[in-house]
Amino acid sequence: MYVAVKGGERAIENAHAWLAEERRGDPSVPELSVAQIRTQMALAVNRVMAEGSLYDPDLAALAIKQARGDLIEAVFLIRAYRTTLPRFGASRPVETGDMRCDRRISATFKDAPGGQVLGPTFDYTHRLLDFKLAAEGEVPPAPQSETQAGPVPHITDFLNRDGLIQTEERSDEAPPDLTRQPLEFPANRALRLQALTRGDEGFVLGLAYSTQRGYARNHAFVGELRIGRVTVEMEVPELGFAIAIGEVELTECETVNQFAGSKTEPAQFTRGYGLVFGQTERKAISMALVDRALRWRELGEDNLGAPAQDEEFVLSHCDNIQATGFLEHIKLPHYVDFQSELELVRRLRAEAQAAREAAE
Amino acid sequence: MDDAVMTDAVMTGGFSDPSIQSAWGFRAAMMAMARPGDILAVSGAQAPGGVSVAASVMLLVLCDPETPIWLAPSHDSADLRRWIAFHTGAPVVATRGEAVFALGSWDSLVPLDGYRIGTAEYPDRSATLIVEMGALQGVGAVLTGPGIADRARLTLPEVAAFRANRALFPLGLDFFFTSGDKLAALPRSTVVAEPAEVV
Amino acid sequence: MSDYNFAYLDEQTKRMIRRAILKALAVPGYQVPFASREMPMPYGWGTGGVQVSAACLVPEDRLKVIDQGADDTTNAVSIRRFFERTAGVATTGRTAEATLIQTRHRIPEEPLTRDQILVYQVPIPEPLRFLEPRETETRKMHSLEEYGLVHVKLYEDIARHGQIATSYAYPVKVEGRYVMDPSPIPKFDNPKLESAAVQLFGAGREQRIYALPPHCKVVSLDFEDHPFEATKADHACDLCGSGTSYLDEVIVDDAGGRMFVCSDTDYCEGRRDAGHRGRLAAINQEDAA
Repeated sequence: MYVAVKGGERAIENAHAWLAEERRGDPSVPELSVAQIRTQMALAVNRVMAEGSLYDPDLAALAIKQARGDLIEAVFLIRAYRTTLPRFGASRPVETGDMRCDRRISATFKDAPGGQVLGPTFDYTHRLLDFKLAAEGEVPPAPQSETQAGPVPHITDFLNRDGLIQTEERSDEAPPDLTRQPLEFPANRALRLQALTRGDEGFVLGLAYSTQRGYARNHAFVGELRIGRVTVEMEVPELGFAIAIGEVELTECETVNQFAGSKTEPAQFTRGYGLVFGQTERKAISMALVDRALRWRELGEDNLGAPAQDEEFVLSHCDNIQATGFLEHIKLPHYVDFQSELELVRRLRAEAQAAREAAE
Repeated sequence: MDDAVMTDAVMTGGFSDPSIQSAWGFRAAMMAMARPGDILAVSGAQAPGGVSVAASVMLLVLCDPETPIWLAPSHDSADLRRWIAFHTGAPVVATRGEAVFALGSWDSLVPLDGYRIGTAEYPDRSATLIVEMGALQGVGAVLTGPGIADRARLTLPEVAAFRANRALFPLGLDFFFTSGDKLAALPRSTVVAEPAEVV
Repeated sequence: MSDYNFAYLDEQTKRMIRRAILKALAVPGYQVPFASREMPMPYGWGTGGVQVSAACLVPEDRLKVIDQGADDTTNAVSIRRFFERTAGVATTGRTAEATLIQTRHRIPEEPLTRDQILVYQVPIPEPLRFLEPRETETRKMHSLEEYGLVHVKLYEDIARHGQIATSYAYPVKVEGRYVMDPSPIPKFDNPKLESAAVQLFGAGREQRIYALPPHCKVVSLDFEDHPFEATKADHACDLCGSGTSYLDEVIVDDAGGRMFVCSDTDYCEGRRDAGHRGRLAAINQEDAA
């Protein structure tokens, strides 16, 4: 016989205790350290930093540990922590032209000042499971070479100098802050880029892929993809100049896209842009393609009704913390609304039945 | 004026326990806005330059760097500007049209047509006026509308201006009235009538 | 208490939410955008309600949290504990004792009083959303008071089913101006939206706050020939015997056996304490003993 469900509090406590035990796993296996995750699961750490909008590899690694490797859960932990942090100010825009590149490739020019540097990439690995890693992960040191001195100029700057690509106007306007102001449409490009860089990698990838397959196709070439470290500087009003406060690793992707032009305007290539924390090149390339697709209005293109062109659709659904929260909330009790539907369906069926009987 | 005295007036008069006192101040402000005509008491803040306790509390509870304030001539003083900057960080702006909040006596705040009344799509983007009053009592103008069971009464500085404001609904201005430690509110939704008009 | 600020949120965030609440009260039924923060609980699990409650709470408050009408559903327990920890407020299960009630999907059966605040958790604040998914469009429709689409939807229901087939989150018109989503309360609760209490609605993920001041005029949309009807299961509570409260249906065996019990657990307990008994109360007591 029914007894009102009580004891929610104890159920929650027990669930948490069980969860902690499961997270630790078999105690006869050594526990993962945060440092191990940070250094050996670096790409997961990067994704958590990018989508968590917080550059802190140690915290991201801790979040991954706490989340049992569920990266969206880890992003959530980071976001919830981030929102409690006080704001001391804003840095100056980082200069990616001065990036100390670990990787820098261009698909549009065979060579260019600064050279092509493959860096630590999976690109040409054969995806064969390496069973040796199951036993031990020791690797011989990679060959070393001298770092190239001097800045690595952007490929798009070469095109820009000749007027072959549309010029991005410089702006000193403060960008809006997605985390401090409610999202409002139309969104400017700065806001769109902000949403995309913290957007879910899978979602942004899927949208980018859809543009390649013809849903608002925009013929993207990877003009340049670079990964490396840049210095973060902050103006200190008391000093009257900017000081370096640290460095962050970034992935930057600039795409060179199909040209626009008209009778009055000569043809010119257009651009898409992606910039993401850490080594996250799938995300950066995807972001650049979606950015480009979202620029249809500004570049005088037609709205083809493609999902990647639809700023409200993209921005309202790219955040995986919003999405997963709302998706998973349907696990919560809905007895009350379900009961109201149940009553309604019963009544509709009873009335239909009565009508049928009356007709017979 | 002596610098030490001035500094004193600027540095003091804030909340000693901001999160709790703000919570109390807001509860009063919210109940006042939810129930037009209700008069509530608040405490804990004292801005310089003849500002009432209640208006001081409202400034601390509601204002920060995101809310430009316009000070009507009746209340504009160097001390108050410094106090606002020190305690809230809110920018004091030169014109009514830029203000999210405005503070002053009624004569000094009118005419009302220069303030932001919101837009059809965002009626919330309108100014809130904090009107310093000589006294605040539940007599005088008759109020009806949301938040009021039957009717309420409140000493308002006039009726016509609030009627005109109501006619703008859902756009329009919202008002707090302050006197000493007392506080009342009049949202744009309230219908205001002269006592003589109501039988 | 913890290392976090009173009621968790920082002061600037609370001020931003408080300003939104004041504007929401000034324009009843209109959805005020606010910069919802990321909370330490998932979007969709009450982050909007939690932020609104956090902005309203004072240390003297006595908080009640209900989900589906009950105080001991897991998410209600979780939210109540959050505020016990971060705001140090007293909590209660008694509707009459509470000064602030946060709710999901129900309005308590007992009429609320002028000194109470009811905070709703809202998943989709936009009553037009399922008719028009674009915010840019629905915002325009509200500004122009263009609500024909809702009536068309309700009318199509009648054409297909012979009656309005919306049983929860039933749209209302507030003070003759804004069409509002009352959150997914059963339409049985709609008449209770006209209340002496202050009612605040928080949608965290969708970044909206809206409000009903006390005694606000709230009309459930309907047609002259198909008037609005607040319906419930046609039973009395099997525990307390109430014939007027909203009921949960509980399956008790695998042979189709079921019982009906009050969804508002405090209301039901209060009635049983006062000696009221339902059809199965005696058997149930034996079982529990």
